[in-house]
Amino acid sequence: MRRYFARKFLFYAVTFVVAVSIDWLIPRLAPGDPVRSMVSRMSLQPGDAENMMGYFMGAFGLDQPAPQQYLNFWVALLHGDLGISVWLFPQPVTQVIMGALPYTLALLIPSVLLAFWAGNKFGAYAARRKWLDGAVLPVGYILTATPYMWLAILLAWLLGTVFQVFPIAAGYGFNLAPAPTLQFAGSLVWHWFLPFLSLFLVGFGGWAIGMRNLIIYELDADYSRYLGSLGAPGKLVRKYAYRNALLPQLTGLALSLGVIVAGALVTEVVFSYPGLGWYSYQAIVNQDYFLLQGIFLFVIIGVLVANFIIDIAYVIVDPRVRLGMEAS
Amino acid sequence: MHAPAVPEVSLPRRRIGRVREFLYFARRDRKIFVSLLIISSLAVVALVGPFLRDYGPNEYVGPGMQAPSSEYWFGTTTFGQDVFVQFVHGLGATFFVGIVGGGLAAVIGMTVGFVAGYRGGLIDEVLNMLTNVVLVIPTLMVLIVVVAYVNARGLLVEAIFIGFTAWPWAARAIRAQTMSLRSRDFVDLARLTGVGTRRIISGEIAPNMSSYLMLTFILLFGNAVLIAATLDFIGLGPTEGISLGLMMNNAVLWSALQLGMWWWFIPPGLGIVLIVGSLYVMNVGLDQIFNPRLRKL
Repeated sequence: MRRYFARKFLFYAVTFVVAVSIDWLIPRLAPGDPVRSMVSRMSLQPGDAENMMGYFMGAFGLDQPAPQQYLNFWVALLHGDLGISVWLFPQPVTQVIMGALPYTLALLIPSVLLAFWAGNKFGAYAARRKWLDGAVLPVGYILTATPYMWLAILLAWLLGTVFQVFPIAAGYGFNLAPAPTLQFAGSLVWHWFLPFLSLFLVGFGGWAIGMRNLIIYELDADYSRYLGSLGAPGKLVRKYAYRNALLPQLTGLALSLGVIVAGALVTEVVFSYPGLGWYSYQAIVNQDYFLLQGIFLFVIIGVLVANFIIDIAYVIVDPRVRLGMEAS
Repeated sequence: MHAPAVPEVSLPRRRIGRVREFLYFARRDRKIFVSLLIISSLAVVALVGPFLRDYGPNEYVGPGMQAPSSEYWFGTTTFGQDVFVQFVHGLGATFFVGIVGGGLAAVIGMTVGFVAGYRGGLIDEVLNMLTNVVLVIPTLMVLIVVVAYVNARGLLVEAIFIGFTAWPWAARAIRAQTMSLRSRDFVDLARLTGVGTRRIISGEIAPNMSSYLMLTFILLFGNAVLIAATLDFIGLGPTEGISLGLMMNNAVLWSALQLGMWWWFIPPGLGIVLIVGSLYVMNVGLDQIFNPRLRKL
């Protein structure tokens, strides 16, 4: 058990180092010079521009040799220092991210878990049931093929503009200030619902389709047929099939985390929902590279942690892995 | 992003018989027929559409905010650009990115998968590690950061970026398939007669999983389209021209939602859903043909 998790942990550590190195490398390999373009936008006199360049190169530590810069990057990172946001100057990037993180987590965690749970249950229920199956397939395929932002746009337009049930922008009412009141909490939930629903629906379709296909495979497997021929009730056979089909679905969840996170980013952009996605969009528009890179690091950490949790869940769900570990 | 259902790898048979068998079932499968029909008609629209109007997608040609009419089939944007012209050009861009990006991802995935699965040993360890690392890192975030630094971007650049990040699951699936074929008799025989590694992979292994490779490409095509739409939507698409994702970005940016200009954001999203959905459904239909166990008799 300990060896299994040690191996996994090592793998995630390596991945993290690779990701951080990519994050460090990209601006240095990119064509064009961010500092130069920043200075040139200030439209200074020629001589002043050179002085300004020198100042910024020193301020960002860009005049040091590359290995030293790389080391500095890690030291700053481990101190939780991700630089200063250019767009929201002089707020530190870490502070901006910490303000946005709760919104993103509040969207992602419930929508991912609920979509996974409900999609699997529904897909398993629909498999091999004629009229339901006929409906699940097309609806599920349409939902998984839907780009996240389009579903978000449609929901915002239908429920926000046409029927005016839900607000379609911001994290809470414009007339409110964050306060521990019932009114504010209600406003939060009210603004949260549409982006949540949008993320939930796309995920739901995908999991339902996947589970439906897997269950059909499992019901054809020898153990299911054997169980059936022994006279076990169909419900019991389905229960076993479901547990077997859940394993590849869990792997699928781990694999699709990146896509889900990206989906959350664009959904937030549609609803101007003040989470990490909306801030990274603003960072792109305002060319705030420090903020963009900081958000990138946070997303990486989040995805790695989620992967690790799924690994643990896999051990709990699959008795073969668990018993194999105890035996060795 | 779902791994494709694994079709059985069938043993080689007389080629003509296989093609005829394929056509026999393909013609009778409603999924394949409908999805092919949708995709090919969209492709025709993308090819012919630009010639129906003699102005470009970003030109200001008429009054702004017009609902669909006989003159502007899909209405106009706030600035008086023709949404129909933007749509047909965007469709073309979508097909291009899907085919080039998905194709590149398929080539990389196959190369890594074949080599890792066939060679095994240290090469496999290294390639597998690489695959897993790229698989775990949210590549779209990497793309966002990379693309944000590139100032002039064309469609081709976007497709190449997508191709270089979308391959890992394909590599993993192909690796597993290759490993199961590696120790079959006919591969051993080829190896004993002194055939080189490259010839064995291209002549013995790849043809025996050609159906699987085709399904992989179809799914990568769909994924590339979705990734491109996401990038375009956050303003990181091609810096010139138009795409379906960029149309949605503009619609949201200029308050089409609040103003109820549905003709601006419905067509681009619908186009993507139709293309990607058809690809997924075609994948299922082809799977049923290639894999006799799934056929409904």
